[in-house]
Amino acid sequence: MNSQIEPANPLRRKRWNPYLVGTLIGVLSWITFLTMDKALGTSSSMVHVAGLVESVAGNADKVTGPAANSYYAKEISEKTPMFDWQVFLVIGVFIGALVSSRLSGDRSTECVPGLWSWRFGPSKATRYAAAFLGGAVMLFGARMAGGCTSGHGISGGLQLALSSWTFFMAMFASGVAVAFGLFGKGGRHHVV
Amino acid sequence: MWFDSPGMIIGGLVAGVVFGFLLQKGQVAKYRVIIGQFLFTDYTVLKIMLTAIVVGAIGVWGMLQFGMIQHLHVKPAVLVATGIGGLIFGVGMAVLGYCPGTGVAAMGEGSHHARWGFAGMIVGAAAFAAVYPSLEKGFMKLGEVAVTTGDKVNNKVTLPDVTGVSQWVYIAVLAAISLGVFALIGKWERKQGLQ
Repeated sequence: MNSQIEPANPLRRKRWNPYLVGTLIGVLSWITFLTMDKALGTSSSMVHVAGLVESVAGNADKVTGPAANSYYAKEISEKTPMFDWQVFLVIGVFIGALVSSRLSGDRSTECVPGLWSWRFGPSKATRYAAAFLGGAVMLFGARMAGGCTSGHGISGGLQLALSSWTFFMAMFASGVAVAFGLFGKGGRHHVV
Repeated sequence: MWFDSPGMIIGGLVAGVVFGFLLQKGQVAKYRVIIGQFLFTDYTVLKIMLTAIVVGAIGVWGMLQFGMIQHLHVKPAVLVATGIGGLIFGVGMAVLGYCPGTGVAAMGEGSHHARWGFAGMIVGAAAFAAVYPSLEKGFMKLGEVAVTTGDKVNNKVTLPDVTGVSQWVYIAVLAAISLGVFALIGKWERKQGLQ
């Protein structure tokens, strides 16, 4: 496909205007509030998946039942079952991004991003280890804070929640500091 | 204990597909866009988030005002855990280059390293569950901000709750700040010859 010509069908375009995307995400949040009495969020699903993995791995009594870990007991309950709406939301996010990228041909097989390679070399193992560690630290922080960029950032932000604006400032400040720490000012010329 | 109602499952799935579709079209399922925001070379994340927050706020608070929805879903204001959790979150996000939602969207787009990030997220969630029992009575309650109405103590507070200033003032100010930020970003982008 010639990347110079924008396809007439918007679904086949690679990039939508970010203000349009933001508006539509805002409208999506109205719809989840109105039809499901829910706010968009993703990180508590990871607790459900972790609980599921631990259950399958033979630790079921640690996740459910009277001897359950108090966090799993709090997060996975009658009200928010193992496969609750948000777990399906996360599955949906995967499918939606898959469909969107297939429609536009904007597929990626990125193993080591250009910026990372510029700074830390092209080793896949190093990048995968860092991605794993980064993901673990991030989710640990999300659960301590009670949400992530969607649950706190977008949903909490729009509800003008004191906790969410606290989270937003904290995570943005440390994200900026660590990104500059990792890549330096020079990294700004290598963001690919 | 195992499954939500069929309606919630379908609703969650549909909302997720739309959300993932929008994240991918918005280009935020890409490492370079997320890291570019932290390095201030790409402002896509801020544009999307601020627009979503302002538009979302107008609708959600409007529906609340007109009785179309009965309540909000505000997270407890325990500001020490939220603040420190946020700082830890930012560290992990800068290393991974995705947040939880955009990381899953990146997997949908095909990114290989995002899969390792996802595996890490599951381990991070399990790690937090493991330490939670030792934190729940002390640390997780520090810096609590609550509003008392009658004999009810509520820590799920909003900025209007704690300041007494109308939500519409906050939304108007937030919209004005966002428009100002967008204007500055546009000016910077033109200077860079970006668009």
